[in-house]
Amino acid sequence: MRAYIPGYELCAPKTLTEALERMAAEPGRWRPFAGGTDLMVLLEAGKLHHSCFLSIWRLRELRGIMIASDSVMLGCLTTFTDVLNDEVLRREFPLLAAAAAQTGGVATQNRGTLGGNIVNASPAADTPPALLVYDAEVELLSSRGSRWLSYHEFHTGYKTTRLGADELLARIRLPRNTAGFLHYYRKVGTRNAQAISKVCFAGVRSQPSGEVRIALGSVAPVPLRCWRTEAAIREGGDGLAALAAEITPIDDVRSTAAYRLRVSQNLLKAFLHS
Amino acid sequence: MRKVPITLTVNGQSRTASVWPMERLLDVIRQQLALTGTKEGCGEGECGACSILLDGQIANSCLIPALQADGSEITTIEGIGCSEELAAVQRAFVECGGAQCGICTPGMIIAAVALLRQNPEPSEADLRQGLAGNLCRCTGYMRIFEAVMNACGEGRLRH
Repeated sequence: MRAYIPGYELCAPKTLTEALERMAAEPGRWRPFAGGTDLMVLLEAGKLHHSCFLSIWRLRELRGIMIASDSVMLGCLTTFTDVLNDEVLRREFPLLAAAAAQTGGVATQNRGTLGGNIVNASPAADTPPALLVYDAEVELLSSRGSRWLSYHEFHTGYKTTRLGADELLARIRLPRNTAGFLHYYRKVGTRNAQAISKVCFAGVRSQPSGEVRIALGSVAPVPLRCWRTEAAIREGGDGLAALAAEITPIDDVRSTAAYRLRVSQNLLKAFLHS
Repeated sequence: MRKVPITLTVNGQSRTASVWPMERLLDVIRQQLALTGTKEGCGEGECGACSILLDGQIANSCLIPALQADGSEITTIEGIGCSEELAAVQRAFVECGGAQCGICTPGMIIAAVALLRQNPEPSEADLRQGLAGNLCRCTGYMRIFEAVMNACGEGRLRH
């Protein structure tokens, strides 16, 4: 059933400071609203239970991609299209570009943001596995100040995060430490565009150093960095048993637990042989 | 919550509307502005029937709250061409049989225009990527692809 539209509040603060002050004044009342590609779908389905939002879409402070010598800093409003248009991201973080290219169609890529993809906290989102293997950090900003977290600590359970009621996920930092790495990304869904994944796999590895990093989507309540599988591979194993123990896939409308386990293991094999 | 006034530049003309902030831009375009060329298909960003150009970029108007469009420039299918003077892409759709029932067609044309503005000579892969957000249940897509390729002057994609 469609939502009752007049029951929703949406305000557009002119500055980031104003947005943070409103969030601090009434913690929990206001939630940020970016490109709307997830929230509007919930609204239309009558499933958007929160009713007061701050549109942050026009806040310039939250846009832009800044390249420093040792890291890349992304404003939370960086869209998938912005990712695809950035040469450094395409070259050094190709899994992020691959995830962006496979998220929706062009219209969704123009409006969907990295910050929204993270905060929406769907375990099936496409960019989180890429961000996890690139050791991303996220900045949580409020009028009290700023704190940085490793992204792998951000998700605490199904659709729950470390974000405080007055906090905004403002920026994402990617360390530029993957030169010479092999990058592997594979989204398995019902069709190439517009499909939500059944399993999403991101992996990077370095032949000389033996370093390996693996993250999966749609196989656990959170986008999952697979530390134990990585350790098993570093110790010389194939990682398949460790992966089976580490992920907790379920049966749902898109797939089954058994299929997801089999596909995850197949993707791990393909990654290690790539 | 109260309605708020917004100003839009729609197909080159300044228009105002009084909207619920979370009202879908699609509904404002169709109902208040009476531009019914933009269609509603799925209402959840999957099908592309409601595609418009928002500040030059393709967007699904069903997923944009009206408040966020305040001050922006919008091109709907009515701004691409009219029956007296069709745009090249529209002529090509007619010539190639790229339209059947017509519900997806305005969105397909918008997507094709958005693609060709950015990339005047798309490869077949570029074309498939550019139109990936637009579903058509009639044509099987090949005539649409052919139309877009013809529109960019080549007719390279023959099947």
